[in-house]
Formats: sequence, C-alpha cells, structure tokens
Amino acid sequence: MPAPIRLRELIRTIRTARTQAEEREMIQKECAAIRSSFREEDNTYRCRNVAKLLYMHMLGYPAHFGQLECLKLIASQKFTDKRIGYLGAMLLLDERQDVHLLMTNCIKNDLNHSTQYVQGLALCTLGCMGSSEMCRDLAGEVEKLLKTSNSYLRKKAALCAVHVIRKVPELMEMFLPATKNLLSEKNHGVLHTSVVLLTEMCERSPDMLSHFRKLVPQLVRILKNLIMSGYSPEHDVSGISDPFLQVRILRLLRILGRSDDDSSEAMNDILAQVATNTETSKNVGNAILYETVLTIMDIKSESGLRVLAINILGRFLLNNDKNIRYVALTSLLKTVQTDHNAVQRHRSTIVDCLKDLDVSIKRRAMELSFALVNGNNIRGMMKELLYFLDSCDPEFKADCASGVFLAAEKYAPSKRWHIDTIMRVLTTAGSYVRDDSVPNLIQLITNSVEMHAYTVQRLYKALLDDISQQPLVQVASWCIGEYGDLLVSGQCEEEEPIQVTEDEVLDVLEGLLVSNLSTPVTRGYSLTAIMKLSTRFSSVNRIKKVVSIYGSSIDVELQQRAVEYNALFKKYDHMRPALLERMPIMEKTASNGPTEIVQTNGETEPSMGESKHPPPIGQPANQANDLLDLLGGNDVPVIQTTMPTKTASSGGELLDLLGDLSLSGGPAPAPAPSVPTSQPTFLLDGISSQPLFNDIAAAGIPPMTAYNKNGLKIDFTFERANPNPNIAVITIHASNSTEADMTDFVFQAAVPKTFQLQLLSPSSNVVPALNQGTVTQVIRVLNPQKQQLRMRVKLTYTHKGSAFQDLSEVNNFPPQSWQ
Amino acid sequence: MRFMLLFSRQGKLRLQKWYTATAERDKKKMVRDLMQIVLARKPKMCSFLEWRDLKIVYKRYASLYFCCAVEEQDNELITLEVIHRFVELLDKYFGSVCELDIIFNFEKAYFILDEFLMGGEIQDTSKKSVLKAIEQSDLLRIYFNKADA
Repeated sequence: MPAPIRLRELIRTIRTARTQAEEREMIQKECAAIRSSFREEDNTYRCRNVAKLLYMHMLGYPAHFGQLECLKLIASQKFTDKRIGYLGAMLLLDERQDVHLLMTNCIKNDLNHSTQYVQGLALCTLGCMGSSEMCRDLAGEVEKLLKTSNSYLRKKAALCAVHVIRKVPELMEMFLPATKNLLSEKNHGVLHTSVVLLTEMCERSPDMLSHFRKLVPQLVRILKNLIMSGYSPEHDVSGISDPFLQVRILRLLRILGRSDDDSSEAMNDILAQVATNTETSKNVGNAILYETVLTIMDIKSESGLRVLAINILGRFLLNNDKNIRYVALTSLLKTVQTDHNAVQRHRSTIVDCLKDLDVSIKRRAMELSFALVNGNNIRGMMKELLYFLDSCDPEFKADCASGVFLAAEKYAPSKRWHIDTIMRVLTTAGSYVRDDSVPNLIQLITNSVEMHAYTVQRLYKALLDDISQQPLVQVASWCIGEYGDLLVSGQCEEEEPIQVTEDEVLDVLEGLLVSNLSTPVTRGYSLTAIMKLSTRFSSVNRIKKVVSIYGSSIDVELQQRAVEYNALFKKYDHMRPALLERMPIMEKTASNGPTEIVQTNGETEPSMGESKHPPPIGQPANQANDLLDLLGGNDVPVIQTTMPTKTASSGGELLDLLGDLSLSGGPAPAPAPSVPTSQPTFLLDGISSQPLFNDIAAAGIPPMTAYNKNGLKIDFTFERANPNPNIAVITIHASNSTEADMTDFVFQAAVPKTFQLQLLSPSSNVVPALNQGTVTQVIRVLNPQKQQLRMRVKLTYTHKGSAFQDLSEVNNFPPQSWQ
Repeated sequence: MRFMLLFSRQGKLRLQKWYTATAERDKKKMVRDLMQIVLARKPKMCSFLEWRDLKIVYKRYASLYFCCAVEEQDNELITLEVIHRFVELLDKYFGSVCELDIIFNFEKAYFILDEFLMGGEIQDTSKKSVLKAIEQSDLLRIYFNKADA
C-alpha cells in the first residue's frame, strides 16, 4: 500500500475543491484510506493520519474513529507522536466519552517523564480537558510537580492545579503546602500562574481567603517593583512592565481586600500609585487602570481613592477608543448605586454616549442614564431619553419605554408633564410598550382628575393619527369610554379644545372594532368603551345597535361582553347608570402590584367597576386577604362596591350602630357597608335576587321577614354559596306598601364579632310605592364558628319629604342559615 | 477564558480551543452563532459584545478574526492584549504570519497556543520564554525521529 499522503498535500488538495460536494468527496476518500491504514495498525504513519484527521475535523467532518488512535499515539515513545496524540485527545476527546479515561495511565507516566517537554504536554492536556476522575487520580503527581524547582514545569503545574481544583474542589487542601513559597519566585511565568492559583483558591474557600490575607504585603511589594523597575525587555509591553502580571495581582488584591479593612488599607498606597502613574496612551495602560478601578471600587477604600477611580472612569468616557468607553460605562453602572454623586458629575458625557453608533455602548449609556435620573435633572434627562427612544433600534424600545415610565412616575414635576411624557412614549414607541404598562397608565390617568379632559383630548387626537400601536389604542379607548363626555363638551383647559361630535367619537371606536390592526384585547376595550358612552352620550340607539351586532361575534370574549351589555340594555336598564359610572381614584400599593380599593364610604360618587375588564382597571384579584378567606379563595376579579350613601358621616353613624355589637374585625371604618367583594363570574350574578347559576344552590332555607314597620317590609332569602359552606348569602327584598315612594333608601347591617359581613350594592335606592317593586341587596355572611346569626340593621330613607331612620335587631334567623 | 476561535472573513474556522467540556453538537452551534454575530459587526463598533452569559472579545488581524469568550469578572481590555500577544508569537514563529501559515500549519498554531495558554490562563508572560520552549520542542521532534509526519 502506498504511503498515505502528507498533511500539507491533503490540505492543498482539499483547498482546490471548487464545490462543497467536491470537497466532501475528497474527504470521504481520504477518510477511507485513513481508516484502512488504522486497521492495519501502521505505527509509522499513524501520526500523519491523525493529523490529517484533525484537519478534516476542523472543517466539520466526523472524526470519532480516530479517538483510539490518539491514545495509541500518546502511548508511543516518539515525541512527534505524543505531540499529535495529545493534540488529538484535546480536540476529539472529552469527558463524555469513556475512552478518555484510558489516557490516565499514559498521562501519569508522562508526568514523570525524563524530558520536561513531555511532562509539559501531559500537564497541558490534563489542565485543559482532564475529567474529575482523571484529576482525582493524578492530583498527587501535579502537586509533586508544583514543588519542583524547574520553573517551566512549576508554572504549568500551577495552572494544572487550578483546573484540578475547578473540577474537584475538595482537593484544594492538598495544594496548600505547595503554595508556601510560590510568590518568592523570580520567574514571571511562575509568579503569574501562582497568582492565578491563589486567586482560584481564595475565590472558592473563605478559609483559604483568610489564610492568604497575610500575602498582601508581599503582593504589594511585587507590584511596586513592577512599576518602579526599569525597562525589562522580556516582559515589556509598550513601555509597561508585565501588564498581565500587574492585572492579575490587582485582581487578587481585590479579592483579598474585599471585606477586610486592614488589607484594604495596606493596599491603598499602591493602588493610588498605579492609578496615577500608569501610562494611558495605549490599551495596555488602560487595561491596568481598569483593573485598578475595579479593585478600588470593590475593597474598603477611602473616599479620596474612590473619587480618583470614578474620575478615571470619567476620563475613559472621553477617550476616542470605543472599547475604553464601553468599559467605562459598564463600570460606572456597577458603581452608580454606591457612589451616586460622583457619577452624576459625568452625567452629560454619559448622555452623549446615547448617540454613539455602537449598540453595546448605547445600551450601557441608556441603563446608566436611567440610574442617574433624579428629581433635579428629570426634565433635561427625559428630553434626551425621549429623543433616544425616537431614534433607537427596536431592541431598545421596550426597555427604554419602561424606564421612562418608571422615571416619570418617580420624579414627574407636574401631572401635565407626566401625561405629556406618557403620550410621547405611547405615540413614538407605542407598540413596544410592555403589557403591564397599560393598567399602570390607566390608573395614573384616573388619578389625575384635573387632567382628564386634556388627556382624553390628546389621546383622541393620537387615535385619529394612528391606530396600529395597541397599548396606545387600549389606553385611548379606555379613556374615551370614561371621559367621552368631557371630550364632546370641549372642556379642555390646558389646550385649545377640539370640536368633536358624539358620532365622530363612536366612529373612531367602531373603527377600532373592525380594524385588522386591532388585537382581540383591544377590541374588548373598544366595545366596553362604547358601552360606557351609553350613559355619557345621548346617541344610545346607535350604541345599542353596535352592542347587539357583536352579540353574534365569532370572538367569544367579544360575544360574551356584547351579550351582557345587551342584557343590561334590556333587563337591567335601571342599573346601567350605576354600573357604568366613573371610576374612583385608585390607590396604589406597589408599582407592579395590584391596586388597593379605597373605601369611598360616601366621599366620592358611588360607582361600580366592571368585572369583565381584564386587570387594566386595576382592580386586584387578590385584594384584602379576608376576601379570599371569606369566599374560599375565589380569585375572580374584584369589584368595588359601596353603599349608595351620600352622607360622609355615615362612618360615624355606623360606629354608633355597632355600639354594643362588636365590629366583625374588619378594617375601620366599619366593615359592614363598603367592603370590596369578590364578584362571581357573571356581572349581574351577585346583584340579582334570582340565582342565575346552579352553583349557587338554594339550600331550601325558608325565607324570613326581618323588618316590617311603617309600610316598609324587608324579607331575607337565603342561599349557600358554593364552594364555602360557611358563607350564607342573604338577599334582602325591601318593599313599600305605602302610597309614596321611599327614596334615598339605605340599608346597613352589623354582625357580632365572630362573623364577617359583606354588603353588595343594592339594586336601587328607591323603594317604589304600593309594592310595585322591590329593592334587592345581597349580603354575604361568613360564619366560620357556626354561631347563631344575629344582625342589627339600620334603615334610612326619605318618605313624603321627611327623613326616616330606624334601628332594629334581627334575631329570627332560621337555624339552617347559620348551621 | 472559556474558548478561543479563529476564523476567516468567509466564515471558515481555522482554530478552535475549548477550555470547558462541551458537547460536540453544542460547540458547532456556538461556533456558528458567534461567527454570524461577529462577522456582522461593522468596523467602527467596539470589540466587545455580550453573548449569552459571556463576554466576547474579538479582534481582526488581516483576514482572520480572533475571538475569545471570557467570563463576567474577566478584564476585556487585557484579553485584547492576550490576543495580541498570541498574534505576536505566531508572527515571530512563522515570520510575518498570514492566514495561509495558520491553515497549512494548524497543528503548530495549536502547539504555540498550548505553550502560551493553559486552561484559559497565561502560562508565561515572557514572549521569549514561550518561543524558546516551542523551539526546543521542535528540535526534540527532529532529534527523536527520522520518519517525519
């Protein structure tokens, strides 16, 4: 068989291939030849063949059949064989293959070889790809070599030890004695690798760390020598003596000085020296300065030194070299929390970096800018950041938008500015805004009461321009739904009010419904907004039509809403105004958390939220732990309900009412009237007296009359609400047998301490005369201790022009209602 | 350092050194990904980028890209110097090194790299020392066997 072709020749041949297919053909042919050569156990050419195989492997072709051959080469006596064999092992083998373990013995022998270059090969291979088993077996040999006087081997052994420790941390102890004199070496190679070894040990073990702290003076000395010594050609890089070693020592000093005052003090001087004396004209010098800055910031350095460090970073920011600028921004980002003021001084430079061409620099600058925003610089910074938002790449927009919102929320100088800023973000980067921003924004807008007209006008105008950005559209439709009346009546004070008719507004909203650009969520928003306008606009018929059309929409969500709204028009029209009234001010608990429902016991207009809205309303699904307790963990969105009481003093009256009955442990004011409740799935469910669903089982508890005086009769009917049998659902039915209506009717109730009570909204506050209708209201009572239910009720109403008020106790509850 | 790659502007791999155990398939994917990202960078951009949980430091010398992946706590600027030192070593060894030298003598490039770095760390900061060791090894090779590879 002819001698296999030489490596160079093969490379040359393969490179002449003009197509991928041609190359593949050549490779396959050669592989076949190599395979048969391997089969023949040809010692002479094995080395050549494996080398060729390695080349083909680099091109991307499989070479696993050469793995064993590498082992054979390693075992050979020829240096060339060993060299290629070890290279092959490092390239083709890894700890996933069991084959690699076969190397262990060879490596062991080679570690004790008479020729240092062979030992070197073994150390290198072990140190690059040794598995934990191999490391365990051979750690002893490495440790031996760590103590040798041969610096060539010592340096390699040190790095090999690093690898061993990484793979098998328990073996770290073993190398401790050998580290004793490592730093007294003159040889830079040994010094460097020793410092790496010490660093590895200190990072992994706090014991080692405290043990090696005593080396700080020695390290400082070595560093000093490096800086002060004259020109040393062997280690010189652009006029700096052994920058690699300097950087490594600085890093070790960082770890040693980190939480230790004494060590930090010991290195103070040298750090200052390095920081001031290092040449900054070339990258090398800056690399050392960079490491110095990192060390200064991390140890317990004195403030003067820290300011020096930040100033270095500031200078870096002005450097022409973008790498240096990048590194400076990264470091400043790390220090901005701790040294905020010092970093603020460089704010304008940082903001300039927003305009840099490099993506990484821009990102860093953006993050840093947000970190530097405060009450003083908010206006200026926001201008820059909004400009950046306009012009930056899409990958930044979401983060930038979120950052702007956060900053605006924290430091907005005025509500108008805040709203303007939000508008700007929504219109320029509206589609990149995060989903959770929408509810936050809505809440913000709701709470800026005096800006409602201005906001809705601006949002409306924005909608006219562009309906493609969903978050913008959602916020806008919600606002129009809420404040459409302000829009149409032209009440805006902040800017020139626009003339807009109801029909135009409805056109826009309907346009959203049909547009292909709108997502299902957006459509939900617009439908609900249209519905809300039925109480604010006069063109109710048009709205009715729209709503009834969507009652047969394919989209289940839209269909459900439309059907419910239809029902509102038809059967529950008397409830419509109450249901669709303005939202109250919402209080925020946390910036991302659910909002808290404010007890608006008479302070604001009574209102009802809509249960079908997704979280945007800000109604928390999990507000008030007692809610969940009460309703057995019902996690349906909560509706805020209040007693339709007009008097602000009702709180006081209640306390009187509950004078001798203890409060049921709810939050002040008295829990009875206005406690948020969890609303069952359907909008109308808890309000109507007829159970619409079977899951509210009428448990056959007989109804009772709770009160009957002066023509006012109040009956209680009972249900048990699944899933929690401790809850009794009582529906009161108030009827009026006199010839005059009872208006401003308010029903209040209090229960003993062991109970908890929730009152939902009444159907109306007018009890029509002559039993023409009833006012119904739902009470939920939690009775975990199954005590006898007692209740004190207070009734107020206006009848024939005079106000009536009555207190009464209800004790005749049927036993089934509380057992 | 986790790994070092050398590749041409056409996306041909010339050298790969991995300092952590990685599956073959993952290596291929990472190489492909990184090559794409680095080759797409414009000349004015900085030499550093973030990729996965690593920092990538790369520099172009003539037609070859030298690309290193370092960890979060590593100093990128000094890594640039490490790359430069390696190029200097190659240059001294081959005498005005060019891509072809590395293509045709890839095994030697590996030998030099393995004499300079181990486990991702520098073994010797002296250029002279590293070159001497290579020289001696080469001599050893000649002395030991007559049949050449």
